[in-house]
Amino acid sequence: MVDIRSGTDGALGHAEVEDVELYHPHSWWTRYVFSQDAKIIAVQYASTAIAIGMVALVLSWLMRLQLGFPGQFAFIDAERYYQFITMHGMIMVIYLLTALFLGGFGNYLIPLMLGARDMVFPYANMLSYWLYLLAVLVLVSSFFAPGGPTGAGWTLYPPQAVLSGTPGGKDWGILLMLSSLILFIIGFTMGGLNYVVTVLQGRARGMTLMRMPLTIWGIFTATVMALLAFPALFVACVMMMFDRVLGTSFFMPAIVEMGEQLQHGGGSPILFQHLFWFFGHPEVYIVALPAFGIVSDLISTHARKNIFGYRMMVWAIVVIGALSFVVWAHHMYVSGMNPYFGFFFATTTLIIAVPTALKVYNWVLTLWRGDIHLNLPMLFALGFIVTFVNGGLTGLFLGNVVVDVPLSDTMFVVAHFHMVMGVAPILVIFGAIYHWYPKVTGRMLNEAMGQLHFWVTFVGAYLIFFPMHYLGLIGVPRRYYEMGETAFVPASAHTLNEFITIVALIVGAVQIVFLFNLVWSIRHGRDAGGNPWRATTLEWQTPETPPRHGNWGKELPVVYRWAYDYSVPGAPEDFIPQNQPGPDNLTRETAT
Amino acid sequence: MSVTLIFLAVIAAIAGWWLSQQRMLSKPWLEVGQHHDTRPQGPRPIEPAKIGLGVFLAVVGALFTLFISAYFMRMASTDWWSTPMPKLLWLNTAVLASGSLMLHAAKVSAERHRDDASRTALIAALALGLAFLVGQVFAWRELTDAGYLLTGNAANSFFYMITGMHGLHIIGGLIALSRTILATRKDPIDAKATLSITLCATYWHFMLAVWIVLFALFSGWANDFIDLCRQILT
Repeated sequence: MVDIRSGTDGALGHAEVEDVELYHPHSWWTRYVFSQDAKIIAVQYASTAIAIGMVALVLSWLMRLQLGFPGQFAFIDAERYYQFITMHGMIMVIYLLTALFLGGFGNYLIPLMLGARDMVFPYANMLSYWLYLLAVLVLVSSFFAPGGPTGAGWTLYPPQAVLSGTPGGKDWGILLMLSSLILFIIGFTMGGLNYVVTVLQGRARGMTLMRMPLTIWGIFTATVMALLAFPALFVACVMMMFDRVLGTSFFMPAIVEMGEQLQHGGGSPILFQHLFWFFGHPEVYIVALPAFGIVSDLISTHARKNIFGYRMMVWAIVVIGALSFVVWAHHMYVSGMNPYFGFFFATTTLIIAVPTALKVYNWVLTLWRGDIHLNLPMLFALGFIVTFVNGGLTGLFLGNVVVDVPLSDTMFVVAHFHMVMGVAPILVIFGAIYHWYPKVTGRMLNEAMGQLHFWVTFVGAYLIFFPMHYLGLIGVPRRYYEMGETAFVPASAHTLNEFITIVALIVGAVQIVFLFNLVWSIRHGRDAGGNPWRATTLEWQTPETPPRHGNWGKELPVVYRWAYDYSVPGAPEDFIPQNQPGPDNLTRETAT
Repeated sequence: MSVTLIFLAVIAAIAGWWLSQQRMLSKPWLEVGQHHDTRPQGPRPIEPAKIGLGVFLAVVGALFTLFISAYFMRMASTDWWSTPMPKLLWLNTAVLASGSLMLHAAKVSAERHRDDASRTALIAALALGLAFLVGQVFAWRELTDAGYLLTGNAANSFFYMITGMHGLHIIGGLIALSRTILATRKDPIDAKATLSITLCATYWHFMLAVWIVLFALFSGWANDFIDLCRQILT
């Protein structure tokens, strides 16, 4: 136990600045393009992810057009529809959400929030981005390849994924998809090592683990999970590549294709499902945990109150991370399994609801009697809580084997995972962008455009996905290109589908306002100053805004307190930055 | 997937042990000014590169564990015929192990400032690494000549794929080793180059361990061992 309040003026003699071997860019190219500065890499990651995300958004429009107005658009045939589904799902989950949370926010916030000059391995960090970009380009190239992209569904289940009945199965589509995923995973591993080791080794003096903002806890835990879970996808991709290119039979059973007996035999499609979901379920939390962390910080900052139950929040993040590795087979109830396995996985699945619910309570209790500023980050954070609770509740339905089996192939599942893993994290991403944009650019985003963006997105998302639960309950199947006539689905379901499609078009279009806002505000936004939200965490205490290369000028910050000293009784202001030593003897202990 | 779960349990135990040192029960809101940094303070904390390599090896471990899990699950199918192991693999194992020994010698020599001995050991390790790869290719040739082709049986497929993946990791290690050798040309070998040697040695020991596990797996001893465990447990 060391008391670092030494020195006569109450302030500590700053940590001697070591000879940090910082890479110094020498030209425009190395400063802005092949940069090793985590902040530039973060912007590169985020821009690429948003760009490819817009492609996925347009794909969802096309799918909705087909579902709302079947047969009206001749160019959307069944093959294209499945290609759109596949690419939409894969892009959104991996290339947008994972890349934006970890590559984008991770790169920007980890060094700044921890008081480090940069990531510990800047060169690997740069490579990570360029491999990611390459992965995205390979993925996009499949749109132009013979046969088009793969239409195997984002789960890429064999044997159908590599057969001629599936678009891209015998063409380039599936190969490009697998190659792209392999590149992404290699690139991510390079970045992920950086994030983990920077948290372990790069923290400023006094920044103990229990003083880290929850954003960092979320990103850190998610990165550890991703490092352990992505290898499963890697293995699955490599083995499927072997099956498809070299004719092995890892996943391929004896099968007749177009009246012709194939060479394969004995392979196990279930093996692929195990590998895929061993990655796939942690992936949900790889996306959710950074969102949890970020939303905790947004709520605390904009309600001017310390986060309720900080320790429990940290433990919950760690427990969720650990539990999420033992629930994967709940995606495979309908594949057939030993009932005891089903029982085990249903139990673990439902147990995850405990730490998750705990987090929701703590967010709500943080808001309780807080000085809530209903600005844009707060609006998005509130939107997230509501949406996440909704999506989480339907998750309890689907976690039960007996309820899942009839609902598994209906729109109910689509509604569930879009609420919990689509809309909810995206709302956090928006909130986070409105929150940290002033630090990245030095200017505020336009408020009016932001309000329009929030209300249309939030209300619109509910208008899209709420009715979808109902469609699922009455039995409308998912993955179907065309429903045709059925005895059990009433005609009104079609009207509802049209309505959903129209709302989806509007919600998609309003994202253009957001993109315009991002670009417009770089020059025309209101000047933000260094700490517009009067926040405590270190990234708002940099000497310059936007922070320069090296972040902190000559001296690294020293941390004296946790990240949530808002509205401390007796303090001159309603926030005390983490690197501020005084006011002395003013703690919550003496205050309460 | 039980192999993977065991691997994860080990990782979780390490993570849990580490977290238990981090005062996860402290009340940070009461601790203003005081800091309880458990990290070693002072001019020479643990090198980030060492931690980085440790995390990377955990990822590589997860990768091979998942391959092994897949191997066991696929093995349950009725069309499984084990691939006979060429005798050459024993020699290859010995070569890889001596490479590991050489790197250990290089590390110890560099730490004791016997620079020339260290350089010689590094070159020897590089040569042994290359010899291992050549040996693996010959082992492949021996199998294909005997008619055990990649697509012949899933056991063959796994053998070629997993040894190939191990070989790729060895190639990566050889690249790092070559860079280290270039870094040691300066006289005397500085702290940075010594660190590189240490990292190479750790990586090599790890890849040797992975290879021994894989060799045991392909030879079927891993099976016998698991059967034994199963008998004890039931």
